[in-house]
Amino acid sequence: MNWLTDPLQYPFMQTALLAASLVGLACASIGVYVVLRRMAFIGDALAHTALPGLVVAYLYGWNLSVGAIVAGLLTALGIGWLSRRQEVREDTAIGVMFTAMFALGILLISATRSFRDLSHILFGNILGVTAGDLILIASVTALVLATLFIFHKELELTSFDPTHAEVIGLRPDRLRYLLLVLLALTVVTGIQVVGVLLTSALLVTPAAGAALVTNRLPRMMGIATLIAVGSGVVGLYLSYRYDVSAGAAIVLLCTLCFAAAWIVRYLRQRSQPTL
Amino acid sequence: MNLPYSHRQHADRIAGAPALDVRNLTVYYPRAQAEPALADVSLCVQPGARVALVGPNGAGKSTLLKAVVGLLPLHSGQIRVFGNPLGVCHCDVAYLPQHGDIDWRFPISLRRLVMTGRYVHLGWFKRPRSEDWAVVDEMIARLGLTALAERQIGQLSGGQQQRALLARALAQDASLFLLDEPLNAVDAGTREVIAEVLAGLKHEGKTVVAATHDLGRLETDFDGALYLAEGREVPAPPGAFEGNYIGHELAH
Repeated sequence: MNWLTDPLQYPFMQTALLAASLVGLACASIGVYVVLRRMAFIGDALAHTALPGLVVAYLYGWNLSVGAIVAGLLTALGIGWLSRRQEVREDTAIGVMFTAMFALGILLISATRSFRDLSHILFGNILGVTAGDLILIASVTALVLATLFIFHKELELTSFDPTHAEVIGLRPDRLRYLLLVLLALTVVTGIQVVGVLLTSALLVTPAAGAALVTNRLPRMMGIATLIAVGSGVVGLYLSYRYDVSAGAAIVLLCTLCFAAAWIVRYLRQRSQPTL
Repeated sequence: MNLPYSHRQHADRIAGAPALDVRNLTVYYPRAQAEPALADVSLCVQPGARVALVGPNGAGKSTLLKAVVGLLPLHSGQIRVFGNPLGVCHCDVAYLPQHGDIDWRFPISLRRLVMTGRYVHLGWFKRPRSEDWAVVDEMIARLGLTALAERQIGQLSGGQQQRALLARALAQDASLFLLDEPLNAVDAGTREVIAEVLAGLKHEGKTVVAATHDLGRLETDFDGALYLAEGREVPAPPGAFEGNYIGHELAH
């Protein structure tokens, strides 16, 4: 049992395991909406746009996560605003915004010789999570879960029937902003674990896998959470044991779970050809 | 505490006012400025009446219903529901949209779909109570869907989906029903069930405004009709059902 307990002696591993679990919980829960509302592209974009925020925060000595959050929120609101009157299609607005922000980030980095954390930003640095980071991650997770719980019926309704929502006086666009803001916050926690480039995998892959095996929203969130948290914990162990990138291991484990879900669905459909 | 979704305050019905009073309504679709979708349309529907909006596709029937439920901005004209301006009586108005407006692949059961008809009464933060579920189950039974209540909505047939949407409209317990082509493209069995439910609404004293292009059933199902073509009121075709006049002259 040493392989199980040995890594736990190290405080950085304890912190990392806790962080991976919390991030998995937040990403998987909101990821279900990302998948069902076809927001995968925007999730990826929000992760990329954190880059200039991170760099600016680094240059001025601010908390990196705060920089990322500000950049993410600005992008979320900017995309919503640009595509509001549908003069620009939303996916086009996203494409324009996120590449510009990412390029700005790279430009800032290239102008800054002293910047050495690039690989941590791009690929995540879960073993370097500090106590302060952990508090931020826990707060974001709590906020995301609480909001999804409190506004469950409204988010659900605006996701599948925005017309009825509008008829009864709800504002689907405002709930969408709410979701975008939560998404921007969640993505920043994901960056800590798997980095800018792979964060959208934590949002999309567990939820997409869960969607293959159930057609109930709460169960979908549960299964997605299991996949994300399980992959986070196992991925960390694998990374410790074989000295490979933790972020990459976590994402690939999520993908494995997705493949398994695909197989489960395929076998189920073969045994019940009527459905 | 009740926190309604609409930012406007709820107002009680004004005694003696028509269920629906539309005056000189002109509506443009956003970003299609050339021709109005509705031009200077008026109608007046008394409580308890059942009224058909008749016309070919593109005549403006759906547009009129959408304007009444606040889905389209009014260019000019006025709409009053039970004497109140738009937006203050969401509870009183139930709307049955055309089939295409819903993501049927969404992971939600028929029973929860019907429950969304109760949301207008619940408002923010409130969860469905047992009396809400009782209403939902009653309406599901009335439309013959009890055996399918837990089924995901995408696994229902077109007719069953239409019945589910009507069950949701009924669950809202409204006074004015706006039905967009309720009998369009459904199987014979569904047709029968829905026609029965619509007849039941009459007995309960509900007001019904339905868009239809089925001229055959007008006489049995409705008390009056408004004929529309290209967004304008037109006279009834010769020999067609007229019933009580509800159009422009009455509203003025």
